[in-house]
Amino acid sequence: MQLFIALVVGAAFGAVLDRIGATNPSVLGRMLALRALGLMKAIILAIGVALLLTFAGQMTGIVDVGHMSVKTAYVGVFLGGMLLGFGWALSGYCPGTGLCALASGRRDALFFVAGGLLGAFAYIQSYDAVKSTGLLEPILGGKVTIGAVPGSKFEGLFPGLPGDIVGIVLGLVFIAVAFVLPEGRAGDRAVTVPAE
Amino acid sequence: MLGLVFFAAMLLVKPIGMSTEFVVFDGVIWDMINPDIVVEGPDGPTSSNAYLNGVAKSVANPLNYGVVFVLATMLGAGVSAALRGAYGGGGVVPSLWAANFGASAAKRFAGAFLGGFIVLYGARLAGGCTSGHMMSGMSQTSVSGFIFAAGAFLVAIPTAMILFKQEG
Repeated sequence: MQLFIALVVGAAFGAVLDRIGATNPSVLGRMLALRALGLMKAIILAIGVALLLTFAGQMTGIVDVGHMSVKTAYVGVFLGGMLLGFGWALSGYCPGTGLCALASGRRDALFFVAGGLLGAFAYIQSYDAVKSTGLLEPILGGKVTIGAVPGSKFEGLFPGLPGDIVGIVLGLVFIAVAFVLPEGRAGDRAVTVPAE
Repeated sequence: MLGLVFFAAMLLVKPIGMSTEFVVFDGVIWDMINPDIVVEGPDGPTSSNAYLNGVAKSVANPLNYGVVFVLATMLGAGVSAALRGAYGGGGVVPSLWAANFGASAAKRFAGAFLGGFIVLYGARLAGGCTSGHMMSGMSQTSVSGFIFAAGAFLVAIPTAMILFKQEG
C-alpha cells in the first residue's frame, strides 16, 4: 500500500515539477538571478499551502502529528546549503529536478546525475573526517520546530510559542508573499510554461 | 493549482527526500563491485562504512518507499514533458546557458557534472536537499529547513546573478 502511494504521489510530484518549469535550467537560472520569479512564486505558494494544511489539519485532528519528521539542525546544514546553492545555480538542477530532467530527455542532466552520484560517494568517503570536525553536532536544540507543536515529539526553538499557530501564520505569510512578488520584468519570460 | 494536491498528499504519508537515494544508488553499485560492503548482520543488513550503514537496509533491498518514490517522480516528469511536446527540453544546451557560455555541449556537460558533484556533496553534508529540507522541512516549521534555505539562497542568488548576466 505504501509503495502504491509512493507511486501516485511521486508521479504527481514529477508532473508538477515539470509543469512549473522547475526541471528547466533556464527557468531556474532566471529565478535565482531574480529576473523571472514565476517559479519562486509557485514554490513559496506551495510551501505556504502545505504549512496551512498541515497545521490546520493537525488542529482539527485530520493530520496525524506523528507524521512530522523534523531533521536535526547543525552547522553543516548551513554549509551544505551554501554548497548546494552554488552547484544549483551553476547547473540549474537540484537532486530531484536533475533526475526529473534526465527522465524528460535532457542530456545535460545525465552529467548532473553522474556528478551527483560521485559527489554523494565523495561524501560517504569523507564522512568520518567531516564528523570529526564537529560540524554535524546539533545546534539550537537539534530536531526542533520554531514553536512547540502540541502533541509532537519535537521541541520548539521558542518553547513559549504555540507551534501550530506559528505554522498557520507562517503559511499565510508565505501565501501573501507569493501573491505580492512580481513575476519579473516584462519580456524576461522568454520561456513560457503551460498554466497549471 | 496542482501543488496543493501534491503537498497535501505528501504530508499525509511521509515527507520526501531525493538526495538520500543518490547514496542508496551509490551503495547498490558499490555493493555490486565489492559485495563485502553491505552484509547481512544479526539485525539485518549492515555496512562497514559508517555512513552507508544508515541506508544499508535500502541498499540490500532497493525496492522501498524512497526508491519507488524517486522512480515515480521521474516517470511523472517524463510523461508530463512528453505530453506537452517538450521531451528533450528543446536542445542539449539550455537557452540561458547558451546565451552566457556559448553553444558548446561539452562546456555545458562539464558545468552540469561539476554542479551535480557540488550539489550532492552539499546536500549530504546538510542532511537533505531542496525537497527534504526546504519543501518538507519548512512546511513543518522545522528550524533546520530554514537554516538550509538561508544558506542555499545566500549563495545561489549572487552566483546566478554573476553567471547569467545575458538573457537567454
